[in-house]
Amino acid sequence: MSARAKPRGYLNPYVSGGFLGVVLFLAFFATGNGLGASGGIARILVSVEDRVVPEHVDRTPHLLAMAGGDTDPLDNWIVFVTIGALLGGFASGLLHGRIRPETQKGPRISIGTRWFFAFLGGLVMGYGARLARGCTSGQALSGGAVLSVGSWAFMFAVFGGGYALAWFVRRLWI
Amino acid sequence: MAPFALIDFLGKPIAYSIYLLIGFAFGAVLEMAGFADSRRLAAQFYFRNMTVLKVMFGAIVTAMTLLFLASGLGMLDMSRVWVNPTYLVPGIVGGLLMGIGFILGGFCPGTSIVALANLKIDGLFFFLGVSAGVVLFGETVGLYEGFYHSTPMGRFTLPEWLGIPAGWVVLLIVLMALFMFWGAEKLEGIYGERGKPTRASGRRFPPRLAGAAALVVLALVVLGIGQPTSAERWERIASGKQPLLDERRVQIHPAELVDLARNDLVRLLLLDLRDERDFNIFHILDSRRVTLDEVRDGLPALGLLSAPANTVTVLISNGEERATAAWKLLAASGVLNLYILEGGINNWLDVYGHPGHDASCPEGEASGGTAAAEAFAHRFEHALGSAQPSADPDALAKRAIEFTPKVELQIRKKLGGGCG
Repeated sequence: MSARAKPRGYLNPYVSGGFLGVVLFLAFFATGNGLGASGGIARILVSVEDRVVPEHVDRTPHLLAMAGGDTDPLDNWIVFVTIGALLGGFASGLLHGRIRPETQKGPRISIGTRWFFAFLGGLVMGYGARLARGCTSGQALSGGAVLSVGSWAFMFAVFGGGYALAWFVRRLWI
Repeated sequence: MAPFALIDFLGKPIAYSIYLLIGFAFGAVLEMAGFADSRRLAAQFYFRNMTVLKVMFGAIVTAMTLLFLASGLGMLDMSRVWVNPTYLVPGIVGGLLMGIGFILGGFCPGTSIVALANLKIDGLFFFLGVSAGVVLFGETVGLYEGFYHSTPMGRFTLPEWLGIPAGWVVLLIVLMALFMFWGAEKLEGIYGERGKPTRASGRRFPPRLAGAAALVVLALVVLGIGQPTSAERWERIASGKQPLLDERRVQIHPAELVDLARNDLVRLLLLDLRDERDFNIFHILDSRRVTLDEVRDGLPALGLLSAPANTVTVLISNGEERATAAWKLLAASGVLNLYILEGGINNWLDVYGHPGHDASCPEGEASGGTAAAEAFAHRFEHALGSAQPSADPDALAKRAIEFTPKVELQIRKKLGGGCG
């Protein structure tokens, strides 16, 4: 019975939310910063770019701010939060026996289709996250908790965009 | 008082280790909530599994309530907590794109990292997509830089927008979240996956209700104790800052203001606290009139907390009394590089004169830079505002007047950086 009551052994969503809220609060309390993910990814990528094409980075204003000249794009708090999230996700998965190579998809599409749309969705989302100056973690979660007007508008836009398109792409998921 | 400038206190290796630990907890909670599974995330948009909404709003209201509680108790200085600056339109457009990406790809950047760590191959493809999107943005944002920086509103929060105290906003958001949770349960009951016993047992309800009640009580406590006023914040820092006033280290000579106005490295902000009548008769060029009440209530509207680091703010009144009161309020709110015009406008006009400046202008009490009186001591025939030579620092710079420089530019320890 208990296996059915808690499918896959995930934590109760309200308890998860409470935990996540406490983590977010402690982050703000100790450091003045919230959480984030896309910023860390961006900086890691820029550091790769800076190694391959340093002149190009120095000529592109948006990249220049992160990695111009001798500035090390990895010398930033958010990079460590991102790496920490990777490690924490791995540790929890290991502990709960959920680490296995697999593709999780809706029942009506092929694995190849899922991969394609995962990449496409990631592309759109990565672009949107930079345009909005933060992702679900850095804008919605962190900015929402400190009551930033822009973060709340952003949050409703994310749900709005998702719900607006959901019906048309339902074949992907249900 | 929290938050702490970790890098200064502990050095980078330890500070970054703490960030690593925060990230670790972040990733672990996301995984435990089941966010490494794209199906679980996407189900949100078909009302089948509302975990995303529950976790997200659960986290927001928990963190929000604790933050404003800590601030209300005087344990946390909210002015030093990073608040994402609002760029309304690019934020909304970016949000819509993210929503589209979410339903197509099934993750968001943070959850794809966790999925990747759990060897989910769709997570890997999503992560690669995010990477491509991030690089593409870096390459193309130059084409529409204007739009990217459009509708800037700086550090702009819901209490300021709604014009109600933060405590009320906290309570309203808690109630809104609880209503959404109630709705989410209903929706899952209608559209939820079969055989999922979400509301099967009666005994699962009480803890949930207890949690909701605890949250409401906490929000009421936040509302009850309120947020610290400027005066209370001044009390806390008075021992450190009062000597600056007493030793006259922040009262700058008129000639230093003239010098600052011509210094290209400094962004000078002149705030004139006098009555409108006096301001209209005479004010220094490019100064902006604000009332003491506006300073007390509308600090963020002045944009001082999100001003560039090289901003020097000089407070101006007829004497020094009102400027000093404003100085305390702003210093208590964490504004740096804050100065007072020595002797106020009365002394300024003693030094630089004005048309018709003669014996009819009583000098004695206004000169010497110690004037406490807030009355305008000079007589003008016309209300010229700043349309006269003695209001224009550029015109006055020719008269080289000796002064003791007092302004030292302090750079705010940068705590924040958002999604960097």
